[in-house]
Amino acid sequence: MERERDTDTSRRGPDEVVLRVEDLHKRYGREEVLKGVSFEVRRGETKVIVGPSGTGKSTLLRCITRLTEPDRGRIWLGDVEVTGRGVDLNRVRASVGFVFQDFNLFTHLTALDNVRIGLLKVKKLPKDEATEIARKQLEHVGLAHKADAYPAELSGGQQQRVAIARALAMEPKLILFDEPTSALDPELTGEVLDVMVALAKEGMTMVVVSHEIGFARAAADELIFMEGGVIVEQGPPDQLFRQPKYPRTAEFLRKITALYGETG
Amino acid sequence: MDKIELGGLVFDPAWLPKLGQGLVVTLEITGLCIALGIVLGLILAVLRVYGRGPLYWLSSLYVQFFRGTPLLVQLLMVYYGLPSWGIVLSPFVSGVIALGLNTAAYQAEYFRGAIQSIPRGQMLAARSMGMTRAQAIRYVILPQALRLVIPPWSNELILMLKYSSIVYMVTVIDLMGAARTIAARTFRYFEVFILVALIYLALVFLLSWLLRRLEERVRVPGLGMERGAPH
Repeated sequence: MERERDTDTSRRGPDEVVLRVEDLHKRYGREEVLKGVSFEVRRGETKVIVGPSGTGKSTLLRCITRLTEPDRGRIWLGDVEVTGRGVDLNRVRASVGFVFQDFNLFTHLTALDNVRIGLLKVKKLPKDEATEIARKQLEHVGLAHKADAYPAELSGGQQQRVAIARALAMEPKLILFDEPTSALDPELTGEVLDVMVALAKEGMTMVVVSHEIGFARAAADELIFMEGGVIVEQGPPDQLFRQPKYPRTAEFLRKITALYGETG
Repeated sequence: MDKIELGGLVFDPAWLPKLGQGLVVTLEITGLCIALGIVLGLILAVLRVYGRGPLYWLSSLYVQFFRGTPLLVQLLMVYYGLPSWGIVLSPFVSGVIALGLNTAAYQAEYFRGAIQSIPRGQMLAARSMGMTRAQAIRYVILPQALRLVIPPWSNELILMLKYSSIVYMVTVIDLMGAARTIAARTFRYFEVFILVALIYLALVFLLSWLLRRLEERVRVPGLGMERGAPH
């Protein structure tokens, strides 16, 4: 392992920690939604976060690039301390993809322009290069033929795939998914999950808040169970399903398995 | 050319050159004050939505002042008031400035409403990919807000076209000023003002048509009112 690391000047061995979150706290008014959350994500890993609603999962994701400002705690993306002083947040955000529950595609732009805009305006790539990358990423999510369609002309599943292509185009070190299939009709979740499973297999580093158990089983290296603003338990999905340490974990996983089923 | 008689009214084609000159002035004033209003209105709207501290308060105060006082008072202040501070403006420039500052306040309110109607997720998505706030406003929020604003904003432009007629109060010879001059000389008040009313009406039709064309041209599916059957 050491030797591998030595040959790679950018220290991007397979063990490289892409994201480290330490003792994260966040309070909205009186309610403390995050009460000291810590975890790490290594290069190529997919972590799936599950837990009852209102336990701060979405807040946690937004705190990672400080879209929501955490109250306390530290966050590192690679060597960069996101919570550090004088950090260039826009640069940090350009290197982390974010996929939202309700897609948030830019309404006035075609699929191609949605994927291209970050390359043009944030990365300042020349137009031809940006277009080429955008077309490639649309193809990656199987929507090359919809390049000229506006979001309103796409199904929810297609919109979310365009949103994933938009995130991928920026060549992120990490992609955060905030309940990417919760706003979709059940028959449309499959196409989005297929894309995500493929991404995980390709070695993309991902943190996914989702109750799709099928996805967790197929793609997650680790399942994180959160409740009440803390991580109750984490481990490989099989271990959490078969022998959870805490009865709360078992109970919750039973519940979502019944609700969302095993397939996905 | 001969005079035209219609139901006891007499119209003289000799009025037309003078009215034509006035019409040009009306179009110039309207065009310039609308342009001033768009630029200033957009800045005010962005400050009212995204500004903090003094920028927010100053922009709000501006809007309140210009919406809360009569346009005529504003015009007379610019033309008769400013000279006491050593600022002497021509009647034409006074008219453009007073009307432009006034419409900026109203346009700002239309722009602000449109900006605030854009779902929050749009700004969030833009910031999440590393855009600065200014970039997000410029490339994501305003292109959507400006499309949405066209119908209500059209009303303001039509109002300005008609309200521009008050500049005759500071001796600008616009369409209205020309009409008053002709009427005072010929005593054909009714005929002259019928003619002027018809010219304004035609202008309003033309402007409405142009704005509708603009709205259709920039329309994007999923933004604003869809024509035809609902989905």
